[in-house]
Amino acid sequence: MDITVTLPSQLDDYTGAQRHLVLSLPVNTVTLAGVLDALESKFPGLRFRVVDEHQRIRRHIAMFVGETLVHDLTVPVPDGGRIQIVGALSGG
Amino acid sequence: MNKNREQAATTLLIGTKKGAWRLTLGRDRQLRQLTGPLHLGAVVSHYVEDPRRPGYQLMAVGSGHLGPSVFVSTDAGKTWQESTQPPAFTPVGSIARAVDHVFWLTPGHASQPDVWYAGTSPQGLFRSDDGGMSWQEVVGLNHLAEFVDWRGGDKDGTPDGPKLHSVIVDSADARHLLIGMSSGGIFESHDEGGTWRPLNKGVATDFYPPKEDGSEYEYGHDPHCVVMHPVYSNRLYHQNHCGIYRMDRDKGDTWLRIGKNMPAEVGDIGFPMLVHPRDPDTIWVFPMDGSGQWPRTSPQGKPAVYRSHDGGMSWQRLDQGFPASQAWWTVKRQCMAVDSHDQTGVYLGTTNGQIWGSFDGGDSWQGLAMDLPQIYSVEVAERAE
Repeated sequence: MDITVTLPSQLDDYTGAQRHLVLSLPVNTVTLAGVLDALESKFPGLRFRVVDEHQRIRRHIAMFVGETLVHDLTVPVPDGGRIQIVGALSGG
Repeated sequence: MNKNREQAATTLLIGTKKGAWRLTLGRDRQLRQLTGPLHLGAVVSHYVEDPRRPGYQLMAVGSGHLGPSVFVSTDAGKTWQESTQPPAFTPVGSIARAVDHVFWLTPGHASQPDVWYAGTSPQGLFRSDDGGMSWQEVVGLNHLAEFVDWRGGDKDGTPDGPKLHSVIVDSADARHLLIGMSSGGIFESHDEGGTWRPLNKGVATDFYPPKEDGSEYEYGHDPHCVVMHPVYSNRLYHQNHCGIYRMDRDKGDTWLRIGKNMPAEVGDIGFPMLVHPRDPDTIWVFPMDGSGQWPRTSPQGKPAVYRSHDGGMSWQRLDQGFPASQAWWTVKRQCMAVDSHDQTGVYLGTTNGQIWGSFDGGDSWQGLAMDLPQIYSVEVAERAE
């Protein structure tokens, strides 16, 4: 299954400034956690910067599955789905 | 005169709210180079060089958005590698805390060259045995049943989160550790972190109601910065939310409020505190206004460092070179540092992005960098040229 992922500039150090990619996963079903695992394999260190040690999305990070803002990693992601990770605030 | 000491070149390692910089001074104390930014945009709470291994540096890196991490450099900051296992909490019963940011970094004992300690927000102590690449919880503290009471609740912390700071390794005993917690107090271990006990006797807790039986609170204090003399390790000082204190461990375990010897109109509230690398009686503080709404700015807008040469029994105001008025500086707890020159270099960084230095022990000051982001930490790295 293929998942389209859009990443924020805050993760450029991990992604080499790659903001859009398609993950081809050798599974039939996947959750947001599975997508993050795949991103971690591709970009080591990324996962802990956006998800804490108890698998909670960090306070100033937002994650969308399609157009839906999600709050935990158990949300299923459909084949052909879109994930967008966003820096949720801009600071002064 | 120690010839090697005089030949040491000083580099200031500067952590800010928006990245890190290095300010290198030659042995003639002239400004050589301001290098940076490193990790532009990241919150750098602490940037420290390992005195056991010149050029080996650790940096506590956070972000407005991203979680906490630690970066390691083996080439004096030219290149950086991220920790493969940053500090992270495991659940304790039903409590699942997450590290918000790594706040404090301390190299281990000279006999343990790969050991580092890290203090976090919220309060937690971590240890690395591989030079900062991977971190494990000090479970003797973090998982201690009493730790929940010691560190208090969410309201018992600084505005940007409760912190474990001032991780001290006794130069005379690798197993002897001290920590400070804002809030929580000062605690020490004599078994390398296995067990801990409070060390807060004599410290005021103006923010608590007095106990009806007249006894002291054992913990729940708010030390801002704790220092142990690097040679005479019986001599401790600390700047607290409620004053400036000294303790001589060979004479007891009660803190003496030496801040009572400060001028009343200045008070004895502040964040950082320094002790001279060779003279345990020489100390520096940067008083800030703790009255009213706790503005934490220079009293009356007139910044000054205060120095004592007699262990805090008397103090001298040092403001030559600083603005004479309308300078409302705040200096955070990691933002003063001292070098080892015979003509002692003393340095401070302000929340308005200025680095100031004195090359005569604080008698006179000059601006070294005036337009950096909010300064979060200043540390000295020294090496022979």
